[in-house]
Amino acid sequence: MNPYTISQEKLPELCRQVRRDILRMVHAVNSGHPGGSLGCAEFFTALYGTVMKHTPSAFTMDGMGEDIFILSNGHISPVWYSILARTGYFPVAELATFRKLNSRLQGHPATAEHLEGIRVASGSLGQGLSVALGAALAKKLNGDNRYVFTLHGDGELQEGQIWEAALAAPNFKADNLISTVDWNGRQIDGDTEKVMPLGDLKAKFEAFGWLVFVIEKGNDLAEVTAGLQRAVEAAGKGKPVMNLMRTEMGAGVDFMMGTHKWHGVAPNDEQLQNALSQLPETTFGDY
Amino acid sequence: MTTYESKGNKDTRSGFGDGLTELGRTRKDVVALCADLIGSLKMDTFAKENPERFFQTGIAEANMIGMAAGLTIGGKIPFTGTFANFSTGRVYDQIRQSVAYSGKNVKIAASHAGLTLGEDGATHQILEDIGLMKMLPGMTVLCPADYTQTRQATIASAAWEGPVYLRFGRPAWPVFIPEDMPFEIGKAQLLSEGTDVTIIACGHMVWLALQACEMLEKEGISAEVINMHTIKPLDSAAILRSTAKTGCVVSAEEHNIWGGLGESIAALLAANKPVPQEFVAVNDSFGESGTPMQLLEKYGLSAERIASAARRVIERKA
Repeated sequence: MNPYTISQEKLPELCRQVRRDILRMVHAVNSGHPGGSLGCAEFFTALYGTVMKHTPSAFTMDGMGEDIFILSNGHISPVWYSILARTGYFPVAELATFRKLNSRLQGHPATAEHLEGIRVASGSLGQGLSVALGAALAKKLNGDNRYVFTLHGDGELQEGQIWEAALAAPNFKADNLISTVDWNGRQIDGDTEKVMPLGDLKAKFEAFGWLVFVIEKGNDLAEVTAGLQRAVEAAGKGKPVMNLMRTEMGAGVDFMMGTHKWHGVAPNDEQLQNALSQLPETTFGDY
Repeated sequence: MTTYESKGNKDTRSGFGDGLTELGRTRKDVVALCADLIGSLKMDTFAKENPERFFQTGIAEANMIGMAAGLTIGGKIPFTGTFANFSTGRVYDQIRQSVAYSGKNVKIAASHAGLTLGEDGATHQILEDIGLMKMLPGMTVLCPADYTQTRQATIASAAWEGPVYLRFGRPAWPVFIPEDMPFEIGKAQLLSEGTDVTIIACGHMVWLALQACEMLEKEGISAEVINMHTIKPLDSAAILRSTAKTGCVVSAEEHNIWGGLGESIAALLAANKPVPQEFVAVNDSFGESGTPMQLLEKYGLSAERIASAARRVIERKA
């Protein structure tokens, strides 16, 4: 059903283009969150390029008969905007308006400007899992057998509302809910282990009643794709599904990796050129 | 002066419960969520008749609001039910981002608002909720006057596109709004015509405003009584039409003086044609334990206080 214009063979190249887009977008306005965005490039490429059943050219709010995606950690909007544009939700040229006045590409995702692909605002953390749970239950009420996907930051799991939703989803048997945590171990103030350790996440979600899988190489496109497909196969069996996906914040740009420093800081001109030189141009072309 | 008879006492929350029951039978797109207060919110019948469309969320209001926002994505019209305090202050950011900013069609049903919650005391008696909700862009704020009107407002909320905050209360209260009086969101009701002073009230205070009107009538003062069941969008035309005639206004609400109906009226008048205004409201204070009537008396929310405010404001007319 997917009317993809992008062949599966070209997805690694698309993933590299998404990284270029992220860097150029945040550089252009000297603001935004490149670190987490870069770390999730493979996730978004796999989800929108292979795993989800969706129709980018005919976006509807209710997404009836389609898979839908809710981004809970809204600050990584650059990676989401890039994949939405690159898969055909809105013109690629619009990426140039990111965070600028009168843009539909707000700093954090919003619905007020009717940007195709976005169904709820996010940015204030911890709310997306609840919204996704409601959307998943609406799908069940509507007899719609498709899935609701979500992505969360690991630091975001410090919000209490996440655990309210984590408790509720298995109780409501939301087995059409497939969530993923971007488990990069870093947040604004430093390593998650130092700021507020999350402990044994797998055991925690399992204790709450989820089916939990670990994707060890979250920056390996083939492995992320396989991990998400495994989650889809595991869905529909009475339990919501959680992927704990280990990623590297800043992945793809050597000087942005191994630190939390690039969580919410844009590269300067020189740093941008250095970063882009590590991500050669693609046939998709820059926006 | 038009007089209204009380047909007996009934709680406004039962009006919500009965309205929701009717919606359950007439609209398949209406769903309901409740955070462990089914009995208090009178949601029992809806829950029993529509188990697949009812979600007991437990004591987790933030998740309840988020779930409601998500249910709208699939085209549902969700009603969330809990006390007014837990419907607003506790979940302000969830309402702000996932509901209001996202333009979601969620109906927030808030019971036990104001002092008349009674003995539980100030932790539960929210007096700031109207202000919190009316400040959110796109939020509609309703505060119906009695059982009948709360039932009507509940049904009207489902047909109204966009987020709605529906405020009602706990105690048994006079039922006086005629069944055949049309209810329209955003359209104030002129309950009694008068010429000397305009009294604009919402919620439980509407009945007390009518009592005050009768007291004033005996003194030869002709008061006009307006039921402002919709605080946002405010029926500006109805207010300006009335104050143009009477030249002064008393606002009456079971809410803090800051942020409520009176403040909305004052802003409207200041920007258009200022007239003297007196505020019958809680004077920037929390509540306390007591019976509903004791609390209304102590915090100055009585028919007598509305009448004395009317006498004062008439004196202030130029």
